[in-house]
Amino acid sequence: MSELDIGPEEERRLESQTDEGAQLLRPLTGEAREREVVLTGGPWPDIDDTMIINMGPQHPSTHGVLRIMMELDGETVLRAKPVVGYLHTGMEKTGEELTYVQGGTNVTRMDYASPLSNELVYALAAERLLDLEVPDRAVWIRMMMVELNRMSSHLLFQATNGMDLGAVSMMIYGWREREVTLRLLEMITGLRMNHNYIRVGGVSADLPDGWREETLEVCDLVERGVAEYAELLVENPIWRERTVGVGVITTDEALALGATGPILRSTGFEWDLRRAQPYLAYDDVDFDVIYTANGDVFDRFQIRLYEILESVKIVRQCVERMPLGDYRTPDLKVTPPPRARIDESMEALIHHFKLFTEGFRVPPGETYVAVESPRGEIGCYLVADGTSKPVRMHIRGPSFYNLQSMDAMVPGGMFADAVAIVSSIDPIMGEVDR
Amino acid sequence: MPDDDSAQAREENHEADPELTTAPVGDEVAAAVIERFPGSVFVDSHGQSVVYVARDAWRDVAAFLRDEERFTQCLDVCAVDHLVDAARPVPAGVDPERFELVANFLSHPRNRRIRTICEVSVDDPTVASIAELYPGIAFAERETFDLYGIVFDGHPDLTRILMPDDWVGHPLRKDDAPARVPVTFKEDPSPR
Repeated sequence: MSELDIGPEEERRLESQTDEGAQLLRPLTGEAREREVVLTGGPWPDIDDTMIINMGPQHPSTHGVLRIMMELDGETVLRAKPVVGYLHTGMEKTGEELTYVQGGTNVTRMDYASPLSNELVYALAAERLLDLEVPDRAVWIRMMMVELNRMSSHLLFQATNGMDLGAVSMMIYGWREREVTLRLLEMITGLRMNHNYIRVGGVSADLPDGWREETLEVCDLVERGVAEYAELLVENPIWRERTVGVGVITTDEALALGATGPILRSTGFEWDLRRAQPYLAYDDVDFDVIYTANGDVFDRFQIRLYEILESVKIVRQCVERMPLGDYRTPDLKVTPPPRARIDESMEALIHHFKLFTEGFRVPPGETYVAVESPRGEIGCYLVADGTSKPVRMHIRGPSFYNLQSMDAMVPGGMFADAVAIVSSIDPIMGEVDR
Repeated sequence: MPDDDSAQAREENHEADPELTTAPVGDEVAAAVIERFPGSVFVDSHGQSVVYVARDAWRDVAAFLRDEERFTQCLDVCAVDHLVDAARPVPAGVDPERFELVANFLSHPRNRRIRTICEVSVDDPTVASIAELYPGIAFAERETFDLYGIVFDGHPDLTRILMPDDWVGHPLRKDDAPARVPVTFKEDPSPR
């Protein structure tokens, strides 16, 4: 090996760099220089070989137990394959074992970030099989609750999305506002999550005293929060650098891959079931469908941000126009007698007992009902055989299908962008694996 | 095991034979499907259009709906096991089998839905895959294969998706009883 050629000028420069702790950059001379270092082992991959790595299932930025197999060429992702099933708890099997009265407790645990959408779609499906009309007040309570839940779900997204991309303060802010909405949900339903509030035939309880003031206060707080997030992130150059033009998906790809909800709307496709195929009383309230044109991570962030404001708008209208009346159907086949009657009437007690042990019977038939959850189209396919338990209870979880849109978004991008993309899909693994 | 009471209830309902009857086709898409695929049966199920199609036509119907009737998305594929209610009411002209395969289609430009159902026997549970036509349905077909053991011919990657790869059986089949696998608890010397 040849000695490095160092002229006197260089020699002097090296000598003068004698700051404390700095090393003199002199080539080694003498015996140590003679020794040859040989690397053993192998076989070593060729330079153009790719590497397959697993992200997850315990990776914090995969939102639960999602595993993604990625084929990498350096920092570039060539392929990404989501591997799911780590949270499979057999909820569809359980759904066949539970009566229609009990079913709500089961479905509400699927999409745990927006449990009320699950309860709603299950209740609507059972009601369609029963040909049951629910009173106006129940419809409006349901609509208000689902929109409050959409707010809390999108706030959770804002928090986790910020955290995934390194905007940790965003996580704190998102959680702050989400906590406020959860507290309101707790006040109305009794539970922060997994409410089992929307039941077949109506809702489980009427709105409590003081709900109007509380709800309006939450609306104000959330609006203020969203304004803060927008100020913090929308024009933030670091944020835009990480999100704009990342994970682009076109309308055709999104449709083909079964994507719904904010992913589909971010491609410039205006499709919201609340507007296109109205259920509850959505054709009666005034709101806008948010959609953007670019189909990237930034657009999906923006859609969810501004959908919070649309939900606030709907909730305000619900507060203003909440009709009076019954909060559940007067049909005694599905509705238990009032609590006070049980104390004085034997028949009422028996009725109550029968309803909660045996449940009510649903005539044979099958139906598919879809509503717009914060993640897209959530559907319930229900098959009844005339008993009090369904033969089949299938939930079309939007996250399950949305995950596949990773196929169009991740390949070709950088590895670090994959984290941003998974975050922008906003998958809830409870719903994916059911 | 179903308890006696519910079994009795099922008996009663079969005698009643309500609801599911073949209505005259009042649906243009369903009419087109029936014209193209003779033997298909239209049912109005609680205001929703349902077409029972032959198993062999499963893929062709999906292609027809996509290419000629502008059904832009296939939202869902799932199966139903009718082991316990085998004598269920089915529309006239449909030969009931143990499994039913159900697909939900949505047309965005026409803003309407249609559902196709085909009967699948337990002895030969093979159906042509529609994952090539609607790539988003690949996961759903894997799930149906995993949980019901229905094989989708031509699926690009027909592997288990929710259950572990080495799992034996198909858990959503009615004869795949829950609690078949003994639960062992921590520090418990013997399996229960």
